[in-house]
Amino acid sequence: MEIKLIGSSSPHIRSEQTTHKIMLDVLIGLLPALAASVFYFGFNSLVLVVLSVVSAVVTEYVLQVIMKKDVAIADLSAVVTGVLVAFNIPSTAPWWIAVMGSVFAIAIAKQIFGGIGFNFMNPALVGRAFLMASWPVHMTTGFIDPITDAVTAATPLAILKGVEGEALQLPSLMDMLLGRMPGSLGETSAILLIIGGVYLIYRGVIKWIIPVVYIGTVAVLAMFVDGPSMVLYHIFGGGLILGAFFMATDYVTCPITDKGKIIYAAGCGALTMLIRSVGGYPEGVSYSILLMNILTPLIDKYVSPKLFGGAKK
Amino acid sequence: MSTKVFTFKGGIHPPHYKKQTESLPIENAIEPKFVVIPLSQHIGAPCDPLVQVGDKVKVGQKIGESKAFVSAPVHASVSGTVKKIEPHITTGGSKVNCITIESDGLFEVHESVKPKGKVEDYSKEEILAIIKEAGMTGMGGAGFPTHVKLSPPKDKTIDTLILNGAECEPFLTADHRIMLEKPEQVVTGAKAVMKALGVNKCFIAIEKNKPDAIETMQKAVSGTDGMEIIPLEAKYPQGDEKRIINAVTGREVPSGGLPMDVGCVVDNVGTIATIGNVFLTGMPLVQRVTTVTGSAVKNPKNLYIRIGTLFKDIIEQCGGFSEEPGKIINGGPMMGIVQYTDDVPAIKGTSGILILNKKDAQVPEPSNCIRCGKCVDACPVNLQPFMISRLAILNNFEEAEKYYAADCIECGSCSFICPAKRPLVETIRLAKKEVISKRKKA
Repeated sequence: MEIKLIGSSSPHIRSEQTTHKIMLDVLIGLLPALAASVFYFGFNSLVLVVLSVVSAVVTEYVLQVIMKKDVAIADLSAVVTGVLVAFNIPSTAPWWIAVMGSVFAIAIAKQIFGGIGFNFMNPALVGRAFLMASWPVHMTTGFIDPITDAVTAATPLAILKGVEGEALQLPSLMDMLLGRMPGSLGETSAILLIIGGVYLIYRGVIKWIIPVVYIGTVAVLAMFVDGPSMVLYHIFGGGLILGAFFMATDYVTCPITDKGKIIYAAGCGALTMLIRSVGGYPEGVSYSILLMNILTPLIDKYVSPKLFGGAKK
Repeated sequence: MSTKVFTFKGGIHPPHYKKQTESLPIENAIEPKFVVIPLSQHIGAPCDPLVQVGDKVKVGQKIGESKAFVSAPVHASVSGTVKKIEPHITTGGSKVNCITIESDGLFEVHESVKPKGKVEDYSKEEILAIIKEAGMTGMGGAGFPTHVKLSPPKDKTIDTLILNGAECEPFLTADHRIMLEKPEQVVTGAKAVMKALGVNKCFIAIEKNKPDAIETMQKAVSGTDGMEIIPLEAKYPQGDEKRIINAVTGREVPSGGLPMDVGCVVDNVGTIATIGNVFLTGMPLVQRVTTVTGSAVKNPKNLYIRIGTLFKDIIEQCGGFSEEPGKIINGGPMMGIVQYTDDVPAIKGTSGILILNKKDAQVPEPSNCIRCGKCVDACPVNLQPFMISRLAILNNFEEAEKYYAADCIECGSCSFICPAKRPLVETIRLAKKEVISKRKKA
């Protein structure tokens, strides 16, 4: 019998895991925090997220067509970037802020460098940095205080920093945990972000190392800088939970090895506290992660796993 | 038996796919009308034929031999007439000199085949000679001549024999059935090898997904000094010899080293059972158990086949293809080698014949590496597969060497786990070859 067989090198079976499924898990992990955002900050949150996602995906599609590459929007990575860009802007920001942030994130931070896997910084954070540099007023003053419904610039960290004067009260810890406080669209609900993050750890999408070491480093340093009573404000008051679980863990821009991840996360934590305590901004999560993104290739170069049967170095 | 489950760091958990055949008893294959016996089924020097076209041969008669130490003789697996001695395609993909014997259907046993009696009556050297004469090679797939493995240089002290009953390759159940149905052969073979090595400790390591095999072997060794069953975690590549040594003894074979460097010898249970059979019946390695399975074979079976039977004859007696086949593989799905025809003979190392349908055989389309690090976590040797693969694609083999490309054991865990479906081990293999050939030149 004449049979036509397929020839290939082993292995002949592959796991079910795909990039698409991983990104889908990340989106599922972000959903609870999105729901909280709509609940506390209103419908505009959802509008901004949708706009941001659509612009990210369209930008990726158009650029891939122009550059004659395979269109890979089905991997959902652009959707994740879109959601994260929106999570990093105030919920009252004008629609074009979301669009500009996503377009910049995908075009400049991701596609120009070769698309998924080749960007050396987290695209969503690059988008945010671009928006902060270009439209700082829109990025730092449009926060809603869910308790009073007032639009304010006084996030808990801004109050801690003394930017708004001493008259303002810090929100209660319970409100901070739930997300009932002024802040960027998707960063405020610590508890729901943690649930989403734990889901990612449970699904094996991320490891616990980066979030735990990052948050732990911030906690320890906060104790020294502002005293034990302020530790929880530092943990829940800004973008740390979102950053530690969903941004610092971005595969492409964090070190590969466990040891490298520890160094990287500790660096993120130290830089965050450095910016928060002596820097010009009340919040330092996004810049710390971006700076550590840049150090990632260096960490990967010097931290490699010990070869089985190899001499100890 | 200890309740602890032993294992190594890294590895993957592929689906077992063993349900199809694990509860099917070993069946004697339909006797072939002719066999094609390659003169090289092992690592080392190929054999020279000892017979000529037209000669009458009997079962168990030695028909090929080499003067080289690293080699193993081959024997006639049927009685009949030598029809051809010429190159034929073999499972390795190349043409190898083969002896074709037309069976007379009588299966007359050669005079040299006589039960050896008790292992205790033989000296170490005699046992080694018997093993060599029987054409023993590793039957797990690699095909290294057993007597060579059992003759370490004087400066290496061996204290432990490990019988590899992990059978961590998905789909395959041949070793599992051997442990269930031929435990006395395994124990006899183990005794012989222990004596040949001069060791008094033998661990039989079995993955815990074969509880019945653990139980049967437990019973078989009870009352035998120095033999112990070690339950292993069911994880791939648990059956790799360096991984199994690490799991069982905690020892780490140094990079570039061999099991004997840490005082161990590892042999597949199928190999050991065959050595047992050599002592019990005198019959050299002319038959083996092989698992015929996969999504495109009608009736999967564990078959006791004669070496040299063509794949197509074996597949035919398993009901033939249930649908159009996509791949025919010699061995398991993780490390087995694809065949481009079913006109190849089964050899001593054919632990399984896996037939996948067109859908399962599809090679996935790779996308960009997302640096998820899953390959790094899965690598049992602690390599960084994504990095070596990238360097291999760039033809930067010097840099790949710094990432220990030559230490890759080619288990395929990285390619299996990769969400971007990248050809990791496929490209690393290339780097490994380049690095090793460069070292040889230097």
